[in-house]
Amino acid sequence: MSESATRIALVYPELLGTYGDGGNAMVLANRLRWRGLGAEVVPVPAGAAVPEQCDLYLLGGGEDEPQVLAVEGLCSGGVMARAVAGGAVVLAVCAGYQIAGVSFPGSDGRQYDGVGLLPVETRRSFAGPGEPVPPRAVGDIVVDADPTLELPPLLGYENHGGRTRPVAGAAGKPLGTVRQGIGNGTADRAEGWVIGKVLATYLHGPVLAQNPALADLLLRWVHPDLPDLAGPAEAEVLRRARLRALGV
Amino acid sequence: MTAAPSSPPRGPAVASSGPRLSMRARLALALERATSATSRRLGRGSGEMIGGKVALRTHPGVMREVAAERALACVSGTNGKTTTTRLLAAALATAGPVASNSGGANMGPGVLHALARRPYAAAGALEVDEIWLPRVAREVRPRAVVLLNVTRDQLDRSNETRRISGIWRALGGELPGCTAVANCDDPLVTYAALGFDTQVWVAAGQNWTADAMVCPACGKLLERGPDFGWRCGNCELRRPQPAIEVTGLDTVSWRGTELAVTLALPGRVNVGNAAHAAAAAELLGVDAADALAAMSSVAAVQGRYSEAQLAPGRRGRLLLAKNPAGWVEMLELLETEPDRPVIVDFNSRTADGRDPSWLWDVPFERLRGRRVLVTGERREDVGVRLAYAEVPHTLYASAEEAAAAAPEGVLDVVANYTAFRDLLVRTSQRAAGKKAPA
Repeated sequence: MSESATRIALVYPELLGTYGDGGNAMVLANRLRWRGLGAEVVPVPAGAAVPEQCDLYLLGGGEDEPQVLAVEGLCSGGVMARAVAGGAVVLAVCAGYQIAGVSFPGSDGRQYDGVGLLPVETRRSFAGPGEPVPPRAVGDIVVDADPTLELPPLLGYENHGGRTRPVAGAAGKPLGTVRQGIGNGTADRAEGWVIGKVLATYLHGPVLAQNPALADLLLRWVHPDLPDLAGPAEAEVLRRARLRALGV
Repeated sequence: MTAAPSSPPRGPAVASSGPRLSMRARLALALERATSATSRRLGRGSGEMIGGKVALRTHPGVMREVAAERALACVSGTNGKTTTTRLLAAALATAGPVASNSGGANMGPGVLHALARRPYAAAGALEVDEIWLPRVAREVRPRAVVLLNVTRDQLDRSNETRRISGIWRALGGELPGCTAVANCDDPLVTYAALGFDTQVWVAAGQNWTADAMVCPACGKLLERGPDFGWRCGNCELRRPQPAIEVTGLDTVSWRGTELAVTLALPGRVNVGNAAHAAAAAELLGVDAADALAAMSSVAAVQGRYSEAQLAPGRRGRLLLAKNPAGWVEMLELLETEPDRPVIVDFNSRTADGRDPSWLWDVPFERLRGRRVLVTGERREDVGVRLAYAEVPHTLYASAEEAAAAAPEGVLDVVANYTAFRDLLVRTSQRAAGKKAPA
């Protein structure tokens, strides 16, 4: 790999890789290579230290117990916080989104401290005592991205038990507004959260495979002068088919 | 828990007499047969589900009564349970009549449908859905439970692999005297099997480890290595020593003795399935070598591995892969016929799992250099996956259209659950239509 290769850290795929989210690394790397740019996917096995000096960090979806294990590793040494302060890009999906926040629920019902990269908290429910806990959010999801991001509708599949909201005085903004599905599960129909170069979402798919424009947004955060890339044509064929199937 | 006995307890494969049945049970069984026959006659399907449902509603205890004192084994796992059940049935048939839910109806009613056939003393090879296993096994009290593997299957369910391992383990405590025949290369299966009184450990390999990275007992990371297979870095859980080991494409080591396995079914994965089936057959009184020999007669299992005409001059070998672990097995099998075009037929209905993200867990890069044709209701999702794997491909409206576009000869067709089922219906209808008199 040349020195200029973009380094993409695939963080703890064994713990945060239940839903094909490793595909996001493949999409980013190929979209760089197809532009003639160097790319290196750096898998970070669970138990290993998260490397400093990566350009992008990917946190994927996972089950409840491995989630707690992942936080221990992500917090140790403060690498993630330093990387973000240094301008690294982070994509956090589903369980990765929840643990990147301030706090999240474990399978034992307890609240755990998150990594704190995002000013959001996740709970099993924000309903008052005595009110029913909302069901798991499972199904196809369509999101209108925040207009400032200039993205077409985001497509994906969500599957999570938690509900997520910003903490008081939170900086940043939701990734978008839910057109179909649940997303964060708040009254304003928000989905995901973006603060600086940290972007978090509940969308699987993998999200970057179904939304190449979002992949390129993250890559532009690393390379502001990223050239345009046509294709792959299959991605547009898929998006048209999904939008038609979902009646959007 | 105790170690596996060096020579397993044996009982006759066929009980001398059938279970003594109450009036109510006999009524329920008669209703089962009448309802399923009517359903079949009306063309409502195979009748395996509806009859069992009616009977269980009439007398919830009927399954326990009709299963009493019989030589039964239940087979469960994410992948391979239908094939293993079929292999076990072939082995048990060397000793006498066998009851088996060979149609694939693997929940309570389907199992009852198999047990409701005479003779009531017949031995049983019972395929059981992973979630249904405790409910069925508590009733039928099997002598052996075969636990093949636990991997991610339908992503829109959640936390499923660890939950299944846990409920199986708890089941063991409710079945005194029952032996678990279990794949010791799968940590989730091992943890489950240790809940049983005795175990026969089978080293059948694990080509998909992504669902077994953390310890099922304590939740800490598992370690893997050539010397020990797998072990927990924190607690005592580790790979047990196997009594039976798959040693090649046609051999197993059986308690230290090399036994030949000559299957008509292809692939190393089926040698593992055969080893599990033979271990269960042995517990039910059939000699292991005889059991393995009998399995060579099984050539196709519910259409899987069979060949069917798809287009003029084009025959397809029909292969099922419904999750990443299954796909890894199939990719290994495809590589034995490297020149064949491959049709990928992919749906995402409820029975398949609605979330197709797992396509990205499958190493489709291994298809590079082949002619790849894609169809199914979610063919566009496969198309994107193959584009990023840099595997050239073409999309078609159906497997038949894809086959017609391929060169003449034999193709391999890999389909997931509903895609496979629909393809099988279409090919058997065409075959029947051809045979029908003009």
